[in-house]
Amino acid sequence: MRLERRESVPLALVATAPLAAVATALVLAAGLIAAAGVNPLMAYGEMLRGALGSRLAITEMLTRATPLILTGLAAAIAFRAKLWNIGAEGQFFIGALVTAWIGHSLGLPGPLGTAVLMVCAMAGGALLLAGPAYLCLRFGVDEVVTTLLLNFIVILFVGLMIEGPLRDPLAFGWPQSVPVDGAYRLPDLVARTRLHIGLLIAVAAAGMVWLILARTVFGLETRAAGFNPRAAAFAGISLPRTLMGVALLSGALAGLAGGIEVMGVTGGVTTTMSPGFGYAGIVVAMLAALHPAGVVAAAVFVATVFVGADAMARATGVPSFIADVIVALSLLCMLVALLFTTYRVRR
Amino acid sequence: MKPADPVLELSGITKHFGAMTANDDISLALAPGEILALLGENGAGKTTLMNILFGHYAADAGDVRVFGQTLPPGRPRAAIEAGVGMVHQHFTLAGNLSVLDNIMLGSEALTKARSARRAARARLIEIAETFQLPVNPEARVATLSVGERQRVEILKALYRQARILILDEPTAVLARPEAERLFETLRGMTAGGLSIIFISHKLHEVMAASDRVAVLRGGRMVAERATAETSAEELAELMVGRRVERPVRQDHAIGAPTLIAERLSVREGSETRLDEVSFTIHAGEILGIVGVSGNGQGALGEVLSGLTQPSSGSLSLNGAPAGHLGPRGLIQAGAARVPEDRHAEGAVADMSVWENAILERLRQPEFSTRGFVRQGAARAHARKLIERFDVRGASDQTRIGLLSGGNMQKLILGRSLATQPRFILANQPTRGLDEGAIAAVHAELLAARSAGAAILLISEELEEAVALSDRIQALVKGRLSRPVAAGQADARRLGLMMAGIWEDESDAA
Repeated sequence: MRLERRESVPLALVATAPLAAVATALVLAAGLIAAAGVNPLMAYGEMLRGALGSRLAITEMLTRATPLILTGLAAAIAFRAKLWNIGAEGQFFIGALVTAWIGHSLGLPGPLGTAVLMVCAMAGGALLLAGPAYLCLRFGVDEVVTTLLLNFIVILFVGLMIEGPLRDPLAFGWPQSVPVDGAYRLPDLVARTRLHIGLLIAVAAAGMVWLILARTVFGLETRAAGFNPRAAAFAGISLPRTLMGVALLSGALAGLAGGIEVMGVTGGVTTTMSPGFGYAGIVVAMLAALHPAGVVAAAVFVATVFVGADAMARATGVPSFIADVIVALSLLCMLVALLFTTYRVRR
Repeated sequence: MKPADPVLELSGITKHFGAMTANDDISLALAPGEILALLGENGAGKTTLMNILFGHYAADAGDVRVFGQTLPPGRPRAAIEAGVGMVHQHFTLAGNLSVLDNIMLGSEALTKARSARRAARARLIEIAETFQLPVNPEARVATLSVGERQRVEILKALYRQARILILDEPTAVLARPEAERLFETLRGMTAGGLSIIFISHKLHEVMAASDRVAVLRGGRMVAERATAETSAEELAELMVGRRVERPVRQDHAIGAPTLIAERLSVREGSETRLDEVSFTIHAGEILGIVGVSGNGQGALGEVLSGLTQPSSGSLSLNGAPAGHLGPRGLIQAGAARVPEDRHAEGAVADMSVWENAILERLRQPEFSTRGFVRQGAARAHARKLIERFDVRGASDQTRIGLLSGGNMQKLILGRSLATQPRFILANQPTRGLDEGAIAAVHAELLAARSAGAAILLISEELEEAVALSDRIQALVKGRLSRPVAAGQADARRLGLMMAGIWEDESDAA
């Protein structure tokens, strides 16, 4: 058995790869569910019902998908340029912290204030990634290490702030930051649910990222720099400028995810407000094969698994950790599937 | 005149890849102690045939017999055990391991607790002496030159008791003197009882080094000739299927100095890559830089493409300083650059032809407005290049990595020539191309010369440098010889220049 590189990759194969990967992951996870003593079909049924079975369930799932779309876009655009931003989790928290901090006492009228806070959240995330990107471009410091480790530093810093200067005095000792001013909360998309207009902003961001990658000079330079940096430099594309631009955009998207989560859902910042939105964004981006439209679909899938797993846990007793297992298996299966889209097996 | 007992026989080999027939009913025999050249253009099916012989691919029809025994298809291990050794064009060595480790790798049983290093070392040294392939067993492969690495690949095959050696384009990565040394070595090895097949598309080395030639064209065996009974002209015609004539340079009046380099140096740490190099190229003139690659050609190419800034000295283009412009600035100042390695530097393989066609001029108003790419204009431009430079098998949407080397080169050349440049850097413009493509590239360069461009041609192919250049200089150890006019550049004089002997000559003159 050997692998041969395909001359061209049929579009149908690119579209099937994530579906096949997800199906395989579900089959593999079924083994674990069966080992826990539950009929997998029943468990998956509960999962679907929990995420999609009612109006409330669907809005909960989409609420969860909103930050995943943004962190997924952050990973997708960075990975296109081969800038390995593993720090979306940290950028998410910085965006959240900046929003609560400034938004607590910002003397601006409602919608304007909301817009200003979004820009601040994006700036926070962008600046957090600018540091590792600079170290990488100037000194060759591996950005995987720096962005990953910054996540822990940022979360500890958030902990420090909400125990100290940003502590909410009305939270009865609960470790939570002061809330963002009510005037800046994002309006609901569906009345009497948690779903807010952040979903529309995230989908619009996906459209923007697609437009940038497919139609602009910057997007073309980004793709060229990712595919073949030497040829890009030879053709006169400035690699430092392009990669720094990508870093700012990627960090801004992850920071925006944090800001929107605060303004749309939590109001204040806690260290437990993210069930790994930043890391799950990497899975979302890979499942989407780094395509912005795919990111929206993949975020919905991952959100379905997470929200559905909670319902499944309540109904069947299978621990909801199975959601992490399914998402992680999907990523691994997707990597294998990507191998088969670029190579074919020959005997 | 069929040899009595062939060591290797291929009969009726056929292989399809999808709709394409890579090999069509090919039969071939190799006599003991013979050097057989497998000649053909890129895409003629040479490499596919050798991969079938070695078991990398399974043939759709036909079989392979080694020493009278039929090999099971698709099993490289069976081929190795039968005594077939293959040296690939791209080496398969681990750079961080020693020569000895690389050679033992894969031929040792995994289950044995102790490794037989000492015995292996002794055997390696013995083989190296027998076949006169000197090598230091403990040297790390990463520190070896390309020629030495190839020697290690050959030793690896011999260590596994190869009796038949297959070399895929063995000189593609070698400089001329190294290539000549390789063929001497191979000749010695046949005296030691080996039989050899080498794949090539270079006529001169086929004529110089083989006993017999098999010519492939379009997946079919079109001719077999004893080398002594044929000529380079006949082989060229057989290989291409028609007469190919390289265009000839006509004398014409040259214009004003266009590119002037004065005492250009490139130093990296303690290493001097380019040492006070001065030259002038006039409008309508081709200056050829000959010499063995690795003597400063890389540094000179980088400076003239804008990738490296000279450490000292000056460079001017059309009278304006050009040493610190960078790639984009040089392009805007009227420079065109054909990179040495088209896959690594010339094209982004995963992007389309049209995207590659405008990559250098992406930010010019012709192809973008307010940060958005003008796709319509870009595609039209790409289609124009395809048409004008005869790029085959491509539309503007094709992924450029799918093009053959020659067609990719025509596109890269077209991309730079389309702007009517004042200066052209052509760095190894025909490396790895077949005859038809070489003629096309030469014609384009000569047309640009007639149009008044100043051209710097860096080439390892002496025939090419002599045919195209008005003047020739040699680059040796980072230093540049005095120029000689093309008319006075005979083989002896160029040979001396490339060996770095030019001061003596000028003293004597």
